[in-house]
Amino acid sequence: MDLTTVWFLLIAVLWAGYFLLEGFDFGVGILLPFVGRDDRSRRLAINTIGPVWDGNEVWLLVAGGATFAAFPEWYATLFSGFFLPLLIILVALIVRGLAFEYRGKRDGAAWKKRWDTAIFVCSLIPAILWGVAFGNILRGVPIDANHEYAGGFVNLLNPYALLGGLTTLVLFTLHGAVFLALKTDGPMREQAGQIAETTALVAVPVAAGFLAWTGFAHADGWGIALSALAAIALVTAIPLTRARREGWAFTATAATLLLAVAALFVTLFPDVMPSTLDPAFSLTVHNASSTPYTLRVMTWVAVFFTPIVLLYQGWTYWVFRKRLTLGDIPA
Amino acid sequence: MDSLDLSRWQFGITTVYHFIFVPITIGLSALVAGLQTAWVRTGKEHYLRATKFWGKLFLINFAIGVVTGIVQEFQFGMNWSNYSRFVGDIFGAPLAMEGLLAFFLESTFLGLWIFGWDRLPKRLHLATIWTASIGTMLSAYFILAANSWMQHPVGWRMGDGRAELTSIGAVLTQKTTLVTVPHTLTACFLTAGALLLAVSAWHLRKGNQEEVFRPSLRLGAWVVLIAGAGVLITGDVQARVMTEQQPMKMAAAEALYRNTESASFSVFTIGSLDGKEEVWSVRIPSLLSFMATGSPSGEVEGINDVQAQYEQQYGEGDYTPIVPVTYWSFRLMIGFGGLAMLVALAALWFNRGERRARSRWLWIAGIGTVAMPLLANSFGWIFTEMGRQPWTVFGLFKTSESGSPSVSTGEAATGLIVLTVLYGILAVIEVGLFLKYARAGAPDIPVENEADDRPLAFAY
Repeated sequence: MDLTTVWFLLIAVLWAGYFLLEGFDFGVGILLPFVGRDDRSRRLAINTIGPVWDGNEVWLLVAGGATFAAFPEWYATLFSGFFLPLLIILVALIVRGLAFEYRGKRDGAAWKKRWDTAIFVCSLIPAILWGVAFGNILRGVPIDANHEYAGGFVNLLNPYALLGGLTTLVLFTLHGAVFLALKTDGPMREQAGQIAETTALVAVPVAAGFLAWTGFAHADGWGIALSALAAIALVTAIPLTRARREGWAFTATAATLLLAVAALFVTLFPDVMPSTLDPAFSLTVHNASSTPYTLRVMTWVAVFFTPIVLLYQGWTYWVFRKRLTLGDIPA
Repeated sequence: MDSLDLSRWQFGITTVYHFIFVPITIGLSALVAGLQTAWVRTGKEHYLRATKFWGKLFLINFAIGVVTGIVQEFQFGMNWSNYSRFVGDIFGAPLAMEGLLAFFLESTFLGLWIFGWDRLPKRLHLATIWTASIGTMLSAYFILAANSWMQHPVGWRMGDGRAELTSIGAVLTQKTTLVTVPHTLTACFLTAGALLLAVSAWHLRKGNQEEVFRPSLRLGAWVVLIAGAGVLITGDVQARVMTEQQPMKMAAAEALYRNTESASFSVFTIGSLDGKEEVWSVRIPSLLSFMATGSPSGEVEGINDVQAQYEQQYGEGDYTPIVPVTYWSFRLMIGFGGLAMLVALAALWFNRGERRARSRWLWIAGIGTVAMPLLANSFGWIFTEMGRQPWTVFGLFKTSESGSPSVSTGEAATGLIVLTVLYGILAVIEVGLFLKYARAGAPDIPVENEADDRPLAFAY
């Protein structure tokens, strides 16, 4: 396989990992006002992701760094082109990270309430904007002959991309609800399970709509097949949630996200950022990539270190595998 | 101001701000790991209390270092897309390695450390903080390799409109990287040592928890002195490497306009308003020649001579950085670092044995040490980055060509204002929290309870 294809796949894997992992972090953040009636239950919810959210966020940083190393043209066009949405995402991620770390560092209801609001808002915004960003990448944006983005901010707010934003929002929320039910016991488990049931009913039509639109617009055989699989995984999550089989339900929502990201990247290939002005201006895995030497170096690094990362991150989840209850949270 | 100027200000502000927290993270993680090791080995309770106390301050600092680091990863693409296109084939590699090898390690193992107090066996738990600490140092190594390449590009060839990598080994092991890494790491330890010294001085001045803070004061002061010696030695080597690779930067560091043998180093200068002429100065004979060449009689190239040479080499243009900025940032870097070492020396001397320093001023100076390395670090970076101007990649690519053509002035201004205001607010919150926990002193350790159902340690 061509190394540019390998790196396209690796970057897809990094985004899939990011959506799979930070997806439930965002979901838990979005659900915080709904599952946490009092401070202790909010702390319980936050502590389900406490030991892992930071490591999960690194998937994004590595996806960014890998794009820079393997497809510098893509990195440059994407990040400068989507300047304002990215700025908003950055601000949200900054505030959200500090909110987790700082909310418990001072007593006082006002202090905590402010950070809780921050967690909610700053989980909600990126959960929507990532979908909007990917929707636009897939749809194509005005890119000129110099590979520069030539549209404005408003250009990014088209119906297809907005539906993409809604899709990531509902999928992350569902994924987060299932995760909360999986990681807690007692009233929180039941409540999260109920939320998951309701959210699933919204998630199915929204996600199916987005994937179907993608399929019709691009008519890519493999993309459609993967989209169909993602939809099946999502539908499977409904009875599993109803039956409170949280482990399997989580597997189903995780599979949904992985398959959906796979569908998006397969549909995109070999473009990485199609141009709506002229297909000749599109960024592809070939014209956006680094040299074969750099790709070879980075392949060795990735082949050697990715499994190690997966091992120790997996170990973290095993260490903190126990379900949490209110009793685990100091009064 | 146009989009490029705004981006320059943004990069300066976000980077200097980020690097306030980074050295504390790097230095303090190792010191906390050291204290925890002392506890695991000796079982003495005051080591555990010290671990928890400094660990808390470390985490407050780490959080803001992490989140501001996200901006660092993305702003190359956002504000510097031409630069990213030109160097991505080379510069992206160490950045991606930093993410894969270092960020994952730091974040994952720190999560294990914070939440693992009761979940992991003692020694394994100790290993998590050491692993996180190694992660922070690896991170420094990769990002400094990337920066060193900007100071002194190696292992590349000119491709189709961009620089292309020919040897990753050259980038990762070039002289500039190998001297910058120890210079930066020792500075990180100096910073963390000064923090220990300052907070301990604050408590000792009030007579609080002598059993925790007297050893911490000593540890901090020794770390400042030993790390400070390391900073001096590596800085000395680095100055010579820099003189060889970027003579303009050394000339600008001294505001030396003509080639000079046995060049003196001015400790302080009052110049004319445009900074081009000297009115009055305090000078140490031959010191500049010694710093730059290793010989007191060596010849140091002057700004005008290098400028003339560069015009021949690179075509017409101004190749001189803003001299007052390089001149003063170089001195302030050395001055604040040296000052921290002097205070540390005094703190050790006047508190030797069972003695206790009586001078109120010494205690105040001790508390003030916390700021000195932070200022020295910032001025060091301002010096080395401003001193490289007009280049982003020395001799290859100019800052004026590096910006993002598709980012409008309005967007760049929004980015600058939003991030500056946000960072300002976060600084207030961070300092407030830091002071609260610094003042609270070391926690009392509850009787160990090994039951499995006890509440989570360090729960959010």
